[in-house]
Amino acid sequence: MNELIYFFNYVVVAGSVTGSIYAMGAIGVTLIYSILRFAHFAHADMMTLGAFLVLLLTLLFPHAGEPLGLPTAVVMLPIAMVLTSLAAVGIDRVFYQPLRNHGVKPIVLVIASLGVTLMLQGLIRLFSGTGAQSLYVDARKEIFRLEVPGVTRPIILTEPQIILFVVTIASVIALHLFLTRSRLGKAMRAMSDNPDLARASGINTQLIVTLTWVIAGSLATLAGTLLSLDVAFKPDLSFFLLLPIFAAAIVGGVGHPFGAVAGGFLVGFAETLAVFNWSVLLRPLRDSLPSWIELPNNLALVGTEYKIVVPFFILIAVLIWRPTGLFKGKVI
Amino acid sequence: MTTPQHSSSRPAVPTRELVLFGGLIVVVLGVFFAMGGAYATRMLVEAACYAILALGLTIQWGYAGQFNAGIMGFVALGGFSATFFSIPVNHDFWSSDLPGRLGGVLLAIIAAIALVVAVSRLDRLGVPKLARTLLTILVGLIAYLVVISWLREVTGDIESQVDFVGGLGLPVWVGWIVGGLLAGGVGYLIGHICLGLRADYLVIATLGIAEIIKAFLKNSDWLTRGTATISPLPWPVPSPGEVGFITARALYLSVTVVMIAVIFFLLHRAYHAPWGRMIRAIRDNEVSAAAMGKSINRRRQEIFVFGCVLMGIGGAALTSFTGIFDAQGYLPLNHTFLVLVMVILGGPGNNLGTLFGAVLVYVIWIMSGPMALALAHFVAELGGMWFDWQPGNMDSQALQARVFVIGLLILMVLRFAPRGLIPEKVAHHD
Repeated sequence: MNELIYFFNYVVVAGSVTGSIYAMGAIGVTLIYSILRFAHFAHADMMTLGAFLVLLLTLLFPHAGEPLGLPTAVVMLPIAMVLTSLAAVGIDRVFYQPLRNHGVKPIVLVIASLGVTLMLQGLIRLFSGTGAQSLYVDARKEIFRLEVPGVTRPIILTEPQIILFVVTIASVIALHLFLTRSRLGKAMRAMSDNPDLARASGINTQLIVTLTWVIAGSLATLAGTLLSLDVAFKPDLSFFLLLPIFAAAIVGGVGHPFGAVAGGFLVGFAETLAVFNWSVLLRPLRDSLPSWIELPNNLALVGTEYKIVVPFFILIAVLIWRPTGLFKGKVI
Repeated sequence: MTTPQHSSSRPAVPTRELVLFGGLIVVVLGVFFAMGGAYATRMLVEAACYAILALGLTIQWGYAGQFNAGIMGFVALGGFSATFFSIPVNHDFWSSDLPGRLGGVLLAIIAAIALVVAVSRLDRLGVPKLARTLLTILVGLIAYLVVISWLREVTGDIESQVDFVGGLGLPVWVGWIVGGLLAGGVGYLIGHICLGLRADYLVIATLGIAEIIKAFLKNSDWLTRGTATISPLPWPVPSPGEVGFITARALYLSVTVVMIAVIFFLLHRAYHAPWGRMIRAIRDNEVSAAAMGKSINRRRQEIFVFGCVLMGIGGAALTSFTGIFDAQGYLPLNHTFLVLVMVILGGPGNNLGTLFGAVLVYVIWIMSGPMALALAHFVAELGGMWFDWQPGNMDSQALQARVFVIGLLILMVLRFAPRGLIPEKVAHHD
């Protein structure tokens, strides 16, 4: 049983954490793709920017969370979401919109987003330095140990992980309701299906574009902050997120928000399973195995240093066998 | 282009090019006198190596409209090849039983691949497709685990017994050529998968492969000594120890300049040949080109591989010149985005413009480090005088400002000079 608890702690919990982060990032990428038709490479840096703004606010008001019983960073989230959304809309107005109005090819917008990536990275590192910083300023991360009867090893969950699961579920449900029930959400879907027809039927496309950036910016802030809460804030956070969130968006079918959620969890679990050392699970069977099978100590599929290979191979496999993604995305 | 140019009535004196290149020569001479000959020749050699990389990107992005965001990976691959072929042979390794064991593992990898391919073809013998797929995955997983555990064992022994495999002790140019071929091979695989799809997918895939190549080179201590780095690397010309810094660097510079001249000549011929016209036709109007019966994916594949070969060669020349192989020294900013700025600022699709952009941007880049530091110190001093402000060490942060400037430069060029300083000249025939 100890091994099963170990598996639960190191695969189920860890996979759900990375999966939730990737899912929230991938939703943003996929929404921008379906409305603006280009791969927004600065998205991972928007996640870093959101987390960085939360860090700044937390440093300014380190005790704001105490009356509510939540970490200060979580209380600061809504403000940072608004600020990041403003930044996202501003970046769009200043950099992307003029190019769009020029009627450039989507690939030029991709290059522009690489430029935005560098600008955001430079700005964040200019102010934060290059080291890692904890988002728990003047506070301690709470760790819950759930004892399972009859087993020595407890199930371990931390406070940020629980907050992350709650926030992910809430935001996915809210997004679903928004896209299917509200007028604006329906307009957004219409615009992703056929922009010309949407404009002809009187939908304010400018408003929809702004709305897309607001949703993407808010989700990016949520994902970036909750990831930084779970580990620590690092200015090069985006570097580890870019490939997985794009893999997740493409696996789920580009332009398909719920595909992105599924893709996020698929990529997150695939990463965790690939670096998990399977020989731990096989250890109890060791005595009953025939003598000619020798169990190696390290049965992980890839070492942790090659974690980045996993999303890449998922991406390549999907591009070879199902370029439209698992859920038949709209854009190929 | 507002005034259509006729091939017969071309202006006799290309003023724009002359002015820009004249200005560039003045800037380079300024660096020469301000920083000394050794510094300036080093800068010029590095700029020449970057020019080869930029020519590689200009044929991918300028000629064919494919964007490669993983130049760093191809540079690292070329650099590794130059290192592996040129450094001295490690006799401890070759006199032990390790080469045989390593060879055995390589054979096992080939056998495992053959086995998996054979199992994946079982449906031709009447096995149901679903069973075949499941069986292939199962066999592949087991074969992978077995082979990888053997490989880990052998590489662990290599690291503990003989440090690393060493080199081959061959002339440097062999490594450069093989580096180009290796980069071309990786480019072929990536292009094969991504070129038929949306252009964005190529960007993601090249970005990913570059990071994977870097991770592999960084973590394979048995092959590259990982973070311990390999140095010194031999040069194709007499080393500074024999003939002095300036002479050695000038000789190296002449080697790279000859390479650029050859590449430039070949590209010029290709651009004006029917092949070049076909490439541009595909870039500008894919549908018409397809209707004319041109094989679009084949041509795209060719050009992507050519570009990658140039990047591999340029990366090899750059790494040999640096004299140290450090996988962690390959950075997206220095080896991907800097090249991107060179190409889009100079003029994508125009070889002369690309050369100009490469040298100009490299000079600015190399001088911006000291300048950013000086500016940071100046600001800190002013702050200290006026507001009693005591900043910590701002040096690393001042260098980060360059990242911001490169990003801003990309956006400004795309917005205000989308065709670069020396735009591509498309000949019109009436």
